[in-house]
Amino acid sequence: MVAAPLAPVTPRGAALDIRTVSHAFRIKGAPLPVLDRIDLTIEPGAFVALLGPSGCGKSTLLRLAAGLEPPDAGRLDLDGAAIAGPDPSRLLVFQDPTLYPWRTVRGNVSLGLEARGLLRHNRHRVDAALERVGLSGFAEAYPHQLSGGMAQRTALARALVNDPRLLLLDEPLGKLDALTRLTLQGELVRLWQETGLTAILVTHDVEEALVLAQRVIVLSDRPARIRADIANDAPYPRHRDDPDLIRRRREILAILGHDA
Amino acid sequence: MTSALSNALPRRGSAGPAAERGAAKNPARPRIGDAAAGLRRTGAIGWILVAAGAAWLSVAAVSLGLPEDGDFPYTAVFAQGAAALGGLLILAGLVRTRLGRPGARLGHWGPWLLVLGLGLIAWELVTAKYALLPMPFFPPPQAILEVFLEDWPKLGGSILASLKLLAGGYVLGALAGFGLGVAVGWSRRAGYWVHPVLRFVGPLPATAWLPLAFFVFPSSWSASTFLVALATGFPVTVLTWSGIAAANRSYYDVARTLGASQSFLIRKVAIPAALPHVFVGLFMGLGASFAVLVVAEMLGVKSGLGWYLQWAQGWAAYANMYAALIAMALMCSSLITLLFRLRDRVLSWQKGLVQW
Repeated sequence: MVAAPLAPVTPRGAALDIRTVSHAFRIKGAPLPVLDRIDLTIEPGAFVALLGPSGCGKSTLLRLAAGLEPPDAGRLDLDGAAIAGPDPSRLLVFQDPTLYPWRTVRGNVSLGLEARGLLRHNRHRVDAALERVGLSGFAEAYPHQLSGGMAQRTALARALVNDPRLLLLDEPLGKLDALTRLTLQGELVRLWQETGLTAILVTHDVEEALVLAQRVIVLSDRPARIRADIANDAPYPRHRDDPDLIRRRREILAILGHDA
Repeated sequence: MTSALSNALPRRGSAGPAAERGAAKNPARPRIGDAAAGLRRTGAIGWILVAAGAAWLSVAAVSLGLPEDGDFPYTAVFAQGAAALGGLLILAGLVRTRLGRPGARLGHWGPWLLVLGLGLIAWELVTAKYALLPMPFFPPPQAILEVFLEDWPKLGGSILASLKLLAGGYVLGALAGFGLGVAVGWSRRAGYWVHPVLRFVGPLPATAWLPLAFFVFPSSWSASTFLVALATGFPVTVLTWSGIAAANRSYYDVARTLGASQSFLIRKVAIPAALPHVFVGLFMGLGASFAVLVVAEMLGVKSGLGWYLQWAQGWAAYANMYAALIAMALMCSSLITLLFRLRDRVLSWQKGLVQW
């Protein structure tokens, strides 16, 4: 986790305003509500965790924020401007790294710059992003040669190279083994601190939410409503055995209906 | 075909620099049933090669030593060739360890060379020597050798004519099929119009169009090109389309959030994702195009291997027919090999490809 400190590429994260957003899936014509009047304001540069039972609609909220789908009702604003479609200022990192298997690590990381015709003059940004996630030595490797953690780091670099102002993390560590997960949790905090961007993390791991985020939003079962909004402003780096963290963990589990 | 083969043969671009390979999760898989390695380990002398050499020397001895039932002017040439090969194989077996990699490769084919030699002896005995098989239909090996040595201008010319016709039709069909597949896979409107046609007409064997094509097209050559293209185009279209349809939806989500345009999505996401399927289509199309090619040449075009086959049969020149079949097998399998090489190169990012 010792990396050369790099100057923040992004000056500052964006503010996200979610205004009474409701959304439903259509399954064989019948609407299945997944989000119910979500109201949420996220300050610029904040690290917020969305916590909730699986299938509650957390990921849908991220897809709406990414602009991949429009909400059925309500609106989402980024720095006061309505989100109308996908944009490289708001990037998603999925649970599955979804790297293009036919491209090398470098090719995958270059994707956004290439798609917008910026690659020719910005190759150094690709190298910087690879260095930021510690993959400089693997630039020419293909995805099938990477471990799960390396693949997810590549996916992070692919997002970071575009200088997003909002990073949407959809359970990015969900499929990793326990040790890799710990390492990457530390790296996520470091990347967030270095870049100053706004980060929203979807997770169903209470501990992960408490170790990473400054604010934990607890969502209900589908259709998701906000059950609790918990400030979590302990200084970083945080420790899992901190009594304060353990107390909050118990508190959140109780909200989720697990009093043990 | 399979993992044993693909493990035995080195693959281009299967791993990065050594340092990376160590850290990355791609350890050497165990070699299962590597027959060649087993044979290579047996000792200094390659007994299997010596045995194969002995078999080929016996081919020569049988050909020259026994009286023939019939008139075969090339028996001596055939025997000399077999004897020379037999001698070389024995020599190679004795000094095998000094031959390095070529020696190992030769050792790998030792059992095959032995069986081929034994097969030739049997063939020689049941044809030229004892005429156990009805004669004009089953010529001895020296009669086929005679065709290759005497009739090679005509045979070679037929191969070239076939290749020319095939290449034109195949390239045309592959390009059209690829374009159509991308259009159907990408655009709802193209899918609406093309899909029913494809479903209705596609399964029709291309050869069924033959009578129609021969009077619609100005020449039999253009008609045959069209038929070969048709036979190639159908599988290429269907597989390109299914390749694009089967591409992971998240690939598109990722590219869209990164600011990709429609054309970028097609060129850099949909097509690369579909390529493994496209190559299956190209492979199936090549097989289908061989079939159409031969039928078209037999029925209309006055050149090519199909025509040569037909001509040989008409003159009861069965040795020529076998020679043409061997030439055709060589041509077709070389083309398939070429296609697989191309695929290995283009799809070097994939792991665990079938080796041809």
